[in-house]
Amino acid sequence: MKGRSKVETMIRIGLYALLIALFVYAFQIGAFTYIAENPSEIAYLVGQHIRMVAISSAAAICCAIPLGIFITRPQFKRFEFLVINFANIGQTVPSIAILALVMTYLGLGWQTAVFALWFSSLLPILRNTIAGIDSVHPAIIDAGKGMGMTQKLILWKLELPNASYAILAGIRTATVINVGTAALAFLIGGGGLGDLIFTGISLYDTGIMLSGALPVILLAITIDFMLGIFEKLIIPKGLQRKVEAI
Amino acid sequence: MITFSNVSKIYESTGKKVTAVDHVNMSVEEGEICVFLGPSGCGKTTLLRMVNRLVQITEGSIEIDGKDIQALDSIELRRSIGYVIQQNGLFPNMTIEENINVVPKMLGWDAGKRKNRYKELMEMMGLNPEEFRKRFPWELSGGQQQRIGVARALAADPPVMLMDEPFGALDPIIRDHLQNEFLRIQKDVKKTILFVSHDIDEAIRLGDKIAIFNQGQLMQVGTPDQILSDPKNEFVRDFIGSDREIKRLTLLTVKDLLNKGKKGNRKSNLTAEINEFYVTLDTDLRNALAVLLASPTGEAVIVDQRNQPHGILTFTDYELLTGVHPSKLKSIVH
Amino acid sequence: MEFFEFFSTSWNEILMMTWEHIQLVGLAVGVAILLGVPFGIYITQHETLSNLVLTVAGIIMTIPSIALFGIMIPILSVINQGIGFLPAFLALVLYSQLPIIRNTFIAIKNVDPNMRDAAIGMGMTTWQRLRKVEIPIALPVIMAGIRTAVVLTIGIGAIAAYIGAGGLGEYIARGISTSYTTMVQVGAVSVSVLAIVADYLLGRIQKQVSPKTAHSK
Repeated sequence: MKGRSKVETMIRIGLYALLIALFVYAFQIGAFTYIAENPSEIAYLVGQHIRMVAISSAAAICCAIPLGIFITRPQFKRFEFLVINFANIGQTVPSIAILALVMTYLGLGWQTAVFALWFSSLLPILRNTIAGIDSVHPAIIDAGKGMGMTQKLILWKLELPNASYAILAGIRTATVINVGTAALAFLIGGGGLGDLIFTGISLYDTGIMLSGALPVILLAITIDFMLGIFEKLIIPKGLQRKVEAI
Repeated sequence: MITFSNVSKIYESTGKKVTAVDHVNMSVEEGEICVFLGPSGCGKTTLLRMVNRLVQITEGSIEIDGKDIQALDSIELRRSIGYVIQQNGLFPNMTIEENINVVPKMLGWDAGKRKNRYKELMEMMGLNPEEFRKRFPWELSGGQQQRIGVARALAADPPVMLMDEPFGALDPIIRDHLQNEFLRIQKDVKKTILFVSHDIDEAIRLGDKIAIFNQGQLMQVGTPDQILSDPKNEFVRDFIGSDREIKRLTLLTVKDLLNKGKKGNRKSNLTAEINEFYVTLDTDLRNALAVLLASPTGEAVIVDQRNQPHGILTFTDYELLTGVHPSKLKSIVH
Repeated sequence: MEFFEFFSTSWNEILMMTWEHIQLVGLAVGVAILLGVPFGIYITQHETLSNLVLTVAGIIMTIPSIALFGIMIPILSVINQGIGFLPAFLALVLYSQLPIIRNTFIAIKNVDPNMRDAAIGMGMTTWQRLRKVEIPIALPVIMAGIRTAVVLTIGIGAIAAYIGAGGLGEYIARGISTSYTTMVQVGAVSVSVLAIVADYLLGRIQKQVSPKTAHSK
């Protein structure tokens, strides 16, 4: 038992050391100097990046959840497999391919980038919404119906609360991935922090590159963390043990 | 009173017609527990679900207190009928109190009335209202969950309850316990209950009336005693089992036997000593028989509520049953 | 159609790039399996460590791929490998870790305790138990993790073209910088087809290794 815990501590210390080394390294190479010297440029790009992510993610959520609810209604259930298959295949398509393809049709620009990001976030949220609603135990719906709940009540009081874990997980994953994909949006004229990363790479200037990469990483981790808290607040307490179980 | 007249359910899929329920005619009196009994796929659950219109009737009609359910609004109808299902029927996203108050809330009861009703129901179920108020279904044992399920169905005090194998998923000891409690509660609330089961022992124990189904058809309906003593056809005979005579003994107690033949000779035995082979007045005859068979003398002492000897039970006393039992009891004893 | 013309004239090059892409992804995921599966099994025995590892792997997943590539450049420049195959390969190995470790961990953890009990009761050693009972039962879930990792890395591999790792991303990168729309489309479609085909094939394998039961729960 003692030997095992030694291995554990070593791995732990190794990980922390790596993290600290990375920051020291980034500091030495001058990543923070560029950030310190060009605060307004960084702020502008961060703002652009956040706007891009916020608009595309919000639009994707607003489309995907109603669509997912719609397709799981009894009247439209028979089209569900079509939508699921489409979403599954669509999700397999790499995001850079989506960005590139959308660009060839809509041309370069900020709107193109937002549209492409919207499309690539749409499918994971849609898929999780459908899967979440479908995974609500039929006995629960049956009991609700048998007790005289209307279709509307069943949706709002039973299906959505019990699917909330899956739906929110879909939103969280999609949004975090969106932050990363938005870094590629620079390639199709969307701007954002990708600007600094790609410029840094092509100029072999590590300082510029890191001044784009570090904010993107921080942004992704922060959003992930915040959405994690949001999940805890929104998911009904009776369902939260599932979160702990995994 | 619930009346089924010529009720049928026909499912049609890819041109094939499947008759799930086939021209059922029967009625259930007010305050009665009627158990729908039969193998799986016999149509008992379908018939039950037709009562609150979870399944649409194809032919015939169901009336509750003379009102055709087709003429009522299905949502209103369901809110006026208690509904308990086998498992997982509790809403995992709601606390126990919220679960119990689902129907009262939909009916627009005010918060105070709901709170009182919650307390009353929990006490009826033998659960502490305060302890469970804020807890969630997954924190409860299977038996507790099922009790909450029954309490939830009783919440708005509906005159009619539908129960679809409510105790089916529980282990035998807990099931036994809940069945007893269910009978105790029913004594107070006197609901008209339709109860689906596939377990003949449960049906005998709980049912005022048993309806046996096979392939959508009603095979026989009657009191447990009628079904056991006079099975109408081969299917019913097979389904209730070869030991139906012994099962039937569970319906009668030692007291019933004594009432059959009040004779003076019993008095002389009052001096009998109480040994390990004794029965009480409330012991059912199946257990009494077991005691007699174990006793080396073939006799058992009957004791009353105060543990005083009341008489002696012998094999010959079982002959008193010949009036009630058409078939010979001797054949099963020996 | 210009699109199909491009295909017919450059199919040779497309095949070569596809092969490059497959090599990159195959090697990375291969190494990731060799590292991730034993590690995933190891942490099932160490509760606190598993939390740490899964959290770290989760954080790595949130790091945008282009940012990770960016970080690799200066670090690997020390050994003169800042650009090209090595940083791409390392990044892909890292990204594959989370799905593989997590699925292995969950799969082994979720093996029915009764089955584990039975194996212990029959006198199996820990190693025998893993080999004969737990791994075969966990295999479908581990395969699902590998499948996710492959699809993920095919996409990230396309981005790696920007740090000179080659593969089908070349077409997208070159096409965008020269405003050659058809080339962008060919690159994007090829990489998508590669991902969809890989997903399909691995799905078939996943089904193959799943225990065949009449009604799986």
